[in-house]
Amino acid sequence: MEIIVNGEARQVPDEYTAEQLLESLGLGGRRVAMELNQEILPRSNYPRCFSPGDRIEVVQAIGGG
Amino acid sequence: MQNDPLVIAGVEYSSRLLVGTGKYKDLEETREAIEASGAEIVTVAIRRTNIGQNPGEPNLLEVISPEKYTILPNTAGCYTADDAVRTCCLARELLDGHDLVKLEVLGDEKTLYPDVTATLEAAELLVKDGFKVMVYTSDDPILAKRLEELGCVAVMPLAAPIGSGLGICNPYNIRLILENAKVPILVDAGVGTASDASIAMELGCEGVLMNTAIAAAQKPVLMASAMKKAIEAGREAYLAGRMPRKLYASASSPIDGTFFK
Repeated sequence: MEIIVNGEARQVPDEYTAEQLLESLGLGGRRVAMELNQEILPRSNYPRCFSPGDRIEVVQAIGGG
Repeated sequence: MQNDPLVIAGVEYSSRLLVGTGKYKDLEETREAIEASGAEIVTVAIRRTNIGQNPGEPNLLEVISPEKYTILPNTAGCYTADDAVRTCCLARELLDGHDLVKLEVLGDEKTLYPDVTATLEAAELLVKDGFKVMVYTSDDPILAKRLEELGCVAVMPLAAPIGSGLGICNPYNIRLILENAKVPILVDAGVGTASDASIAMELGCEGVLMNTAIAAAQKPVLMASAMKKAIEAGREAYLAGRMPRKLYASASSPIDGTFFK
């Protein structure tokens, strides 16, 4: 299925979870936050599966003033 | 100075200098400058992770640890209230429920002046959602009051445009804001060098938030140390109360007892 991650389309297997996505981005265990279709995706929901067409944002803290 | 804490949302801080983490050469320089500044509240931006790029690189929060510093996520780059609220929600999730945020909703890329109507809108939404909002705004005394009335925990008027280093352009407006304020007023943006920070503190501001003045100095770590001293000096001068300005001289040595005519 296709999901949109940080604005880019991505082909992923069915029953794909946030945990798997973070692993594949090299962000497993890193301090990030996620949004699923413009709603906060709490860490407790990371084992839940995405649906086709889901729009996901993965953000982190960077330098800023 | 002992027992003169900055109090924001009921939490006491001994440093009145708040610093940003943008524009540094690298994370090591960021870390050293922030250490030298003595700041306890440190701002960060929230951005998309770079897909597939340098996944092994340390994260800012591994260098500027939330255990050591109070992290103040900002909404820099947001031009609408909705984007600012979304950013704050992501930041709260990122920081395990930490709800102190720096709200800024910009109106124009050239001046980075705040869009004050959108700022008011976002502040109201965020306060209702339980955020403790430190809000960047223009140096308008009426707006500052409105933001305080909405429940913002600190109001942070600009001294000059973000990153301009022009210093305190309108000290009279800052004074008007201070006169009516019941929450801490901090100058945010526009400071260029140490004396600017001292002037803000001498006016009676509770603190100063800066980034570029340190990061864009020739020697950022040394400037961070200078700013720390400038903030402390300005605060002490404010508390000490300056002498009145006079047009004519007034001798410091007594006239009586001179042995010459």
